[in-house]
Amino acid sequence: MTESSAAFVRRDMLPPQAPPATQAGVLKWLRENLFSSPLNAVLTLAGAYVVWWLVAHSYPWLSHSVWNAGSLSECRAIIAERWGADATGACWAVIKERWHQYIFGFYPPELYWRPISVFLLLFVALAPVLFSAVPRVLLVFTVVYPFLATWLLWGGSPWIEVMILVGFVLGWAAFRIASRYGSLLAVSVALAVPALWWVFAAGPMDRALEQAIRLAIEKVASDKFGGFLLAVTIGVGGIAMSLPLGILLALGRRSDMFLIKALSVGFIEFIRGVPLITLLFVASLLLNYFLPPGTNFDIILRVEILVTLFAAAYIAEVVRGGLAALPRGQYEAADSLGLDYWKAQRLIILPQALKISIPGIVSTFIGMFKDTTLVVFVGLFDPLKGISDFVRADFNWKGIYWEPYIFVGCIFFLFNFSMSRYSMYLENKLKRDHR
Amino acid sequence: MHMVTVSDAPEPGFRLSQLIYDTRYRSLTIQVVVFMLFVASTAWLVDNTVRNLSAMGKDFNFGFLWNRAGYDIGQMLIPYSNDSTHARAMLVGLLNTLLVSALGCIAATIIGVFVGVLRLSKNWLVGRLMTVYVEVFRNVPLLLWILIVYAIFTEVMPAPNAYRIDPATGEAAMSALLFDSIAPTNRYTAIPSIRFDRPLGSLDLGWITLSGTFLGFVAAVAAGVWANSVVRRRAVAVQNATGVRPTTWWKSVLLLTVPAVVVLVATGFHLNLPTLKGFNFTGGTNVSNSLVVLWLALTLYTGAFIAEIVRAGILAVSRGQTEAAYALGLRPGRTMSLVILPQALRVIVPPLISQFLNLTKNSSLAIAVGYMDLRGTLGGITLNQTGRELEAILLMMLIYLAISLIISGLMNIYNNSVKLKER
Repeated sequence: MTESSAAFVRRDMLPPQAPPATQAGVLKWLRENLFSSPLNAVLTLAGAYVVWWLVAHSYPWLSHSVWNAGSLSECRAIIAERWGADATGACWAVIKERWHQYIFGFYPPELYWRPISVFLLLFVALAPVLFSAVPRVLLVFTVVYPFLATWLLWGGSPWIEVMILVGFVLGWAAFRIASRYGSLLAVSVALAVPALWWVFAAGPMDRALEQAIRLAIEKVASDKFGGFLLAVTIGVGGIAMSLPLGILLALGRRSDMFLIKALSVGFIEFIRGVPLITLLFVASLLLNYFLPPGTNFDIILRVEILVTLFAAAYIAEVVRGGLAALPRGQYEAADSLGLDYWKAQRLIILPQALKISIPGIVSTFIGMFKDTTLVVFVGLFDPLKGISDFVRADFNWKGIYWEPYIFVGCIFFLFNFSMSRYSMYLENKLKRDHR
Repeated sequence: MHMVTVSDAPEPGFRLSQLIYDTRYRSLTIQVVVFMLFVASTAWLVDNTVRNLSAMGKDFNFGFLWNRAGYDIGQMLIPYSNDSTHARAMLVGLLNTLLVSALGCIAATIIGVFVGVLRLSKNWLVGRLMTVYVEVFRNVPLLLWILIVYAIFTEVMPAPNAYRIDPATGEAAMSALLFDSIAPTNRYTAIPSIRFDRPLGSLDLGWITLSGTFLGFVAAVAAGVWANSVVRRRAVAVQNATGVRPTTWWKSVLLLTVPAVVVLVATGFHLNLPTLKGFNFTGGTNVSNSLVVLWLALTLYTGAFIAEIVRAGILAVSRGQTEAAYALGLRPGRTMSLVILPQALRVIVPPLISQFLNLTKNSSLAIAVGYMDLRGTLGGITLNQTGRELEAILLMMLIYLAISLIISGLMNIYNNSVKLKER
């Protein structure tokens, strides 16, 4: 059939028609995502009802916010005046008036620069650990940071911290020198030199330096700590100190030596088997029994010790997971290179195992940060209950519940949510590294 | 280290340096040193404790447990009065801990499974809502949820008399939930109580009195479960022999329900609804709000964690498994029960159990709402009254430890039974 014999031949394409209304745009999206089946339709309606209920109950309250008032009754008067006698509203004035207590506790206001700079320096100290692009020299600052932070937070003379730090440096130097003559000698010297330094030399040196160069800054007692300052101090301190202990415990639990393994397992299972509250009670009531008569030291330090032990048991389990996830070949390769145990761990096993465990370590930290609120039960002022109860004890703010809880809850949420997202990002990145 | 060195001929004699440099002896040396250090530090701690105790004029003994406690407990599962001993108060507290933990585990599992499945649904709105729930509850301290729920119950809930019907209007300010059976108030939550017209007496064990009705009910249910397992085993035997599985579902339903129903009917079981008399509810059980608050907060908090575990478990079973089961001709129900669930449960159960453990340990936050759990009795009032911190706290830790070890022991047994057998 030729072209001329046909009655009609289309030479160009018709323009495409718009899809049916149900297959395009909003309708399609609604159909696919909200009403794809009767069950889904019911779920959607139920979900919409929940959202509506939440909004209907919280919007009037949130929209009637008062930011400037001196007391709860003043807040209520303002709300009644502006929005009618039976209106309810949020009284954020309490946050505006007391936010510094929620952040710093009872730390002297003229010294706020100290915790603030400690907090900012924390990121400088963390940078070389978290990002490989940062110059390695900064690791020196990471080592110095805990001592600097302790001095800045509690004040007083810096020489005690310096003397402790010098002990570590001496130990490290002794190790480097003695390791030429054998590893056993190196380890014993590295343990003995700092111990001798701390016991005999540190005290007199501290006093002598204190006489010679006065660097003391104003002291701040532990009972002045509170709010998020306390939570972050205990949380960050606990995690930093528990990491090395946790790694040692994890290695101990995988050891071939029966006694080491038994002790590690016993410690880990004991700590993981009891609630943190009971350990905090040990810190506040029992620790003095276990130490030589007459010993009495700071409650924050006591809590910190127990929190460290607590976190170490959990970190140990996380690191053990990382160690177990390494293929056997890595261990066998390390052995076949002739590396001894510590060299193999340091150069081959731990770098890989720790990399796998980072997300677990971050979630342990999130858990610990949340758990720092429990210190309220041994008489410290955590931001959630300790400070809120203190604020409510003021007659002006008697009976205010929701605003402080929402404020503190939001800060905790922001902290923890961003950390958990960071750990998820890290998990994805590390997974890609592996392939 | 299990190293076999073939070329080394055994050296004659033994030098002291071999204790350190010979891998055959080194681990022994290290362990002996560690053992000595461990014994020394333990001795140091014990010595300190003994000296501290004697300096304070105290001794270490648990005799105080048999003294009169002298305080009242609001919520109890076994008879207790302030004339009972501290040991009995401890037992009441322990049972309260176990009660709130068990209730919490059940409710948190139900919530967690629902939320975990819904979070995977293709429904955009529901998926987002569940994500919000999980993230909000996981990232905020449990103590905050306890305090918020507590504030809701004390500040928002009405007084019991708000449920009274106003004679003028014929309506009440509040009406009870679920067919007039549950009435939350600012002091307690009134729920129906269980009554038996013809109870079966009770069994006195000295420490605890067990209700005969309860024992009869448990025995009937156990018998039903056992008979059901016999029926199923027989069905499997028939299937293996002939290839055709006899229908058993109706037998199972009957065996699992009828014995329990028979016992309930025979003992005259009925629910007594709470009714308002004067200023308070009577007839039902008035559960103290501390229990309700703690239970709700623990449930919502742990539910968020369980939801994530369930979601991860379902995602862990690859789609190929479903497709393979369909290719074998299994119907969707059998696919779920024979192929997907066994694999998903292998992933879900271990972290689920550790969440149960966490919930049990977190129940010690009862201190925030004044619920008299183990910490509230033994570690709270008993400790303060007797001044025996050392004994009370050690005993409390040991009990928590025992609970944890029992649960994780059960988990290990389960893990070993479902472990993939590999090289």
